[in-house]
Amino acid sequence: MSKKIIVPFGPQHPVLPEPIHLDLVLEDERVIEAIPSIGYVHRGLEKLVEKRDYKDYVFISERICGICSFIHGATYCQAVEQVMGVEIPRRAEFLRAIWSEYSRMHSHLLWLGCFADSMGYENLFMDCWKVREKILDVLERTTGGRVIQGVNRVGGVSRDMDKEELNRIKSEIPGLRADYVELTRIFDEDLTVQSRTKGIGMLPKDTAWELGAVGPTIRGSGHAVDARMTGYGAYDELDFKPVVRTEGDCHARCMVRTGELFTSLDLIENAIDRIPEGDIIVPVKGNPSGEYYAQTEQPRGEVIHYVKANGKKNLLRHRVRTPTLANVPALVQMLAGCELADVPVIVLTIDPCIGCMER
Amino acid sequence: MKQPDQKVETIQVEELIHRVHSFHDDGYRLVQISCAQEGDAFEVTYSFDKNLSISHIRIPATPENPIPSISKIYLASFVYENEIADLFGIPFSGIAIDYKGTFFRTSVPHPFGTSQITVVKKKPEEQHE
Amino acid sequence: MALNVLKNLIKGPATIRYPYQPAKVTPVTRGHLVINIENCIFCGLCRMHCPADAIEVNKQERTWQLNQFQCIICGNCVSYCPKDCLSIKQTYLPPSASATYVTITGPEPETKENP
Repeated sequence: MSKKIIVPFGPQHPVLPEPIHLDLVLEDERVIEAIPSIGYVHRGLEKLVEKRDYKDYVFISERICGICSFIHGATYCQAVEQVMGVEIPRRAEFLRAIWSEYSRMHSHLLWLGCFADSMGYENLFMDCWKVREKILDVLERTTGGRVIQGVNRVGGVSRDMDKEELNRIKSEIPGLRADYVELTRIFDEDLTVQSRTKGIGMLPKDTAWELGAVGPTIRGSGHAVDARMTGYGAYDELDFKPVVRTEGDCHARCMVRTGELFTSLDLIENAIDRIPEGDIIVPVKGNPSGEYYAQTEQPRGEVIHYVKANGKKNLLRHRVRTPTLANVPALVQMLAGCELADVPVIVLTIDPCIGCMER
Repeated sequence: MKQPDQKVETIQVEELIHRVHSFHDDGYRLVQISCAQEGDAFEVTYSFDKNLSISHIRIPATPENPIPSISKIYLASFVYENEIADLFGIPFSGIAIDYKGTFFRTSVPHPFGTSQITVVKKKPEEQHE
Repeated sequence: MALNVLKNLIKGPATIRYPYQPAKVTPVTRGHLVINIENCIFCGLCRMHCPADAIEVNKQERTWQLNQFQCIICGNCVSYCPKDCLSIKQTYLPPSASATYVTITGPEPETKENP
């Protein structure tokens, strides 16, 4: 029996994009237990809802996270609209779906880049981020913000896309698809990637379900769990099919994300074909009263925005269950028994977003 | 699109473990545990998901009486339970991995459950305490 | 691979030397907030609806103050302004190491002449 040592990992570490701290209990080079601890970036955004007008709070809910910002804003709006019984125009739902898919692609490309960087493959990192730049350009051109779009309002969206813009977006899709094919080929076939990811960080199918993992983490383990299947917003008309892999290792989770890049492109194409004409926002009057759990799919997995109101202009409670929080138990499970050198790769495969997680 | 209304079933604390067991046996996934405060009363809501439909059960809670932890049934509940314990000050008994108030690092203990939070406007050049 | 090498040799860098060169902007980019103080009536709606508490309005002294470090350029104030005197300009502000306050004093109100 060798001696146990504890290695602190994070909150500052070269591969970690965000501050999470793990105490790794090691036996030789093997991790036998990992204990996470968080709280370095807790901002108390949920408490702020009691001080702000529920309509102004949209901008704060978007800033919960810098990467999946658009979907946070859209989900918050969706929750408040359900509480108030507001039916938003169909065109607004389609526009939200288009922007959601764009922000999903930019998040996945950012993650693929960071993941390549965690394996020490920096050229691939730059390649991914070069493609991501094209998506950010589209977002900036259509919404006015590269990362924080700021177009969501309670009752719809504040900016429309004309026919010319929609056609322009559509004409850019084949170029993006060609870029994705090349990136997918590298992630799927490259020897460096394969040797660092295949068979590592196993999450069996039953364990994933038991631990309540969400997003690409559970879809990489063979469960088709995707909130877009519930058909919220415009997704009931967009022929959505989830990407599922059965291997349950780091490579499977990586390939789920590359597969979702293509799904997003298909969804955008469908949405542009089927987008109806009409208004983009309805005026919302009065104050909300009631509660609702809005469930949508973020790049990192399913997110729950809980809104509770009692007829005042400030909400009573806004609770966000972010995907990273749900994936932490799965991460602890995956880390037990792995090699120390694989820890960065495994931590990155759940796509940790600590800013989201602590709000 | 108008989504269907959601029903939240309120139960007693004593029934909790039994109900969660039956959700687990039916193959449900734990989605989330959340806590909300209305006036002086707290409520803790558990959400479970199966085949894309969510069920919620709710129990009343107080900072005095500990709630039995469900982490023996769903291990994943330890993150939510520690979070509620740290932010609202509601105790849970028997959490599988109990951080004892160190999961979230906050400058004030239980910031969401107390009324002692006041908003102070500071200029950015003034240092945080 | 040889093709890639050649391409990269000819094309030059893919990045911009910001802040020495201006960042790329589009016609709808939210760069920074400006006010046309002539039309301002100091109603304080922008201060009330600012999610970041970046705006201070003083009706007595007729000043409008913006903390540019705190402003998140969401454009909420622009949509609430009853006189449409707030607007968002496309260019980004230069990088700065300390907080910048912009205080603008409005002109004295024109005294209404008795009929």
